[in-house]
Amino acid sequence: MSIRPPIRTLRSADFEPLPQHSAAPLLVRPSRSYWQDAWIRLKANRRALISLYIVIAMLLFAVVGPLVWRVDPAAQDVDQISVGPGADRRAFVIGPWETWDGETVDAAFTAQQDENQGLRLAAAPVTQGVRLMWPEIPGAVTYRLYRSHFAAVDVTALGIPIADFAEGARRAYEDRLDLQARQYFYSVTGFDREGQRLEDFLTLEVEVQRVITLAEIASKQLPVDVESLQPGDLVMLAAHPLGTDYLGRDMLARLMAGARVSLFIGLLAPLLFVGFGVIYGATAGFIGGRVDQYMMRFADFVVALPFLLFMILFQVVFGIGPGESGIVPMMIALVLLSWPSTARLVRGQILQIREEAYISAARLLGGSHFYLIFRHMIPNTLGVILVTLTFAVPSAIFTEAFLSFIGMGVAPPTASWGSMSNEALKTMLTHPHELFFPALMISITVLAFNLLGDGLRDALDARMRGRD
Amino acid sequence: MWKYVLKRLLQGVITVWFIATATFIAMHNVPGDPLSGERATNEVIRANLEARYGLDRPILEQYFIYLGNMLRGDFGMSFTQQNREVNDIIREHFPVSATLGILAITFAALGGILWGALTSLYRNRLPDYIIMFVVILCISVPSFVFAALGQLALVNLNALFGTSILPVAGWGTVSHMILPALVLGLGTMAYLTRLMRSSMLEVMNADYVRTAKAKGLTPARIFTHHQLRNAVLPVVTVLGPAIAAITTGGFVVELVFAIPGLGRYFVQAVQQLDYTVIMGTTVFYGAFLVFMVILVDIVYGWIDPRVRLK
Repeated sequence: MSIRPPIRTLRSADFEPLPQHSAAPLLVRPSRSYWQDAWIRLKANRRALISLYIVIAMLLFAVVGPLVWRVDPAAQDVDQISVGPGADRRAFVIGPWETWDGETVDAAFTAQQDENQGLRLAAAPVTQGVRLMWPEIPGAVTYRLYRSHFAAVDVTALGIPIADFAEGARRAYEDRLDLQARQYFYSVTGFDREGQRLEDFLTLEVEVQRVITLAEIASKQLPVDVESLQPGDLVMLAAHPLGTDYLGRDMLARLMAGARVSLFIGLLAPLLFVGFGVIYGATAGFIGGRVDQYMMRFADFVVALPFLLFMILFQVVFGIGPGESGIVPMMIALVLLSWPSTARLVRGQILQIREEAYISAARLLGGSHFYLIFRHMIPNTLGVILVTLTFAVPSAIFTEAFLSFIGMGVAPPTASWGSMSNEALKTMLTHPHELFFPALMISITVLAFNLLGDGLRDALDARMRGRD
Repeated sequence: MWKYVLKRLLQGVITVWFIATATFIAMHNVPGDPLSGERATNEVIRANLEARYGLDRPILEQYFIYLGNMLRGDFGMSFTQQNREVNDIIREHFPVSATLGILAITFAALGGILWGALTSLYRNRLPDYIIMFVVILCISVPSFVFAALGQLALVNLNALFGTSILPVAGWGTVSHMILPALVLGLGTMAYLTRLMRSSMLEVMNADYVRTAKAKGLTPARIFTHHQLRNAVLPVVTVLGPAIAAITTGGFVVELVFAIPGLGRYFVQAVQQLDYTVIMGTTVFYGAFLVFMVILVDIVYGWIDPRVRLK
């Protein structure tokens, strides 16, 4: 006898959903897009984030800077030539300056001097003029006056001769040659009847004081009330926070103007050539076959052109006309020569993507070629393109600086960081700040873009992550 | 192997032809013409001068004459310096640039390999951080700044010791070459250090390194015979472009250190619009660089058979 279980009749209650259990904790991350993910990764990279801030700061410096610091970068301040940052800019007000007759002596001033001193001052030395006089040197018939920045220790090294005095001429001279508020050493030597230089020389250390006449104050439009000023008052000359260059132009204003030029070239040129390279490479990769081969062969030839040589050559070909800054020829040359590397890269990417299943799917659904390229292929290479773009910026800035430095870049008076460095090279030993600031700007910008590029590559390109 | 060499050489010849043609087209589109300077004031004089330089012929004929001359290695006469052949200029000034370039590339390659290997050994420790910081700095500072700074430092050093340790500028003796070569090679060295470091890190954990360890080789032997040899390969590949970068980077160094090299001459010729010198030096430099790259490729193909078989 078999025991059969009773057949259970199913009731409708059996089909009721079970009561909701307290489900297992939900282990699903919020869905993030590729770009959100990349942004989070980039934010975690402190080096890249700081670089990003620096890049933004540089852009603000170039764009907003000239609106805040309203000084004409081409205006010359002849009272302050090659002054360093934070230099003394006080000037004493004096009345109109008259040429010296060689005899009148400021008795109040000369009383302070030693009577027996050889070379003497006839009045307080000021930037308007230094009045010198000296006694007869035994055996001397004619005299020569020198000026130097260094103390005279030997008769053969007295500095630059500034005046010769014939026999019987008055032994007095007013030096008005480009005087700056600084220390000078004047020396005078005598020559005998045969024209032989005597061994003896007289020398004098002079600390020149900066003065400004009332007429000059009026013409310079300094922010002071000219009417109320008296001779002997102190006025402040125009401020130059970072000093001036060898022509007395404001460094800060020129750095800002230079930032505009350098960043304009550094950003726009890569945008143009990367854009062209993307289209070229995408076309070649998409069409493939013989066309691809010919297109890439041509790109190989362009790569083989010696870059800087042809940059210089194209600069000449596209010519800098009078009144032009030379920015446009440089852009054209950069774009003509730089596109192939992007084109190669994008082509390689497209060749890979072409075989992906989603492209086949899109093709089956009837997507046009245009749609496939612009909706699927280029967006999927965008990460790589963005990284290329970031690394193209420093190299474009370098190229601009290089060309301007060898004198083949932007034409003066247009300021760029490279041309400023070029001009500063001549005065590097005496006024290093003129080279320091533009060089610093180039270096910081290039550094920031390089580090940002590293960060972007880590954030965007999964395969390259962790490499240097 | 020979097939590979032949193929690369043929590519090189076509590339040089492309460079020559591009130069020809570019120079023909320069605003003005070689005679617009001083002498050709009169129509007759102008016609005579054009006939002398062959500028009255049709452009295609000029092009073929130009190509023929290039093939025979005749770059013509200078326009601004009378009776001076472009060949003479190249012969006189190129050895200077080449010496400087060879010194710089040697320094850059040796330094790059050394520093790169060193940083990879000390990965994520203090020496690595210090060297990589210096490397990033060297990549970000333009070469003319290094040239200027080097010169400035030398001036101060010489003043400090009271004698001339190294000359500040000029050319002639070995001591003249040291500082310019260092400055010229610095950027490339930094770049190669980075490359060497990442390629070393990749090799570090390769299977053959593990096998070598398992065999019981000493770490030193693994480093020199297994890691270094394999890691150097990518460095060799970029030597070609690095030579190009160093050669053209030489313009700045030659300018700053007053070295009578071909680069400085080229810049000067461009400023004076000396047509034949510009064309001659461009094609010469171009050919030189192309064949240097090919040479590096062939050497690479010889070292690493995978390349030539591909």
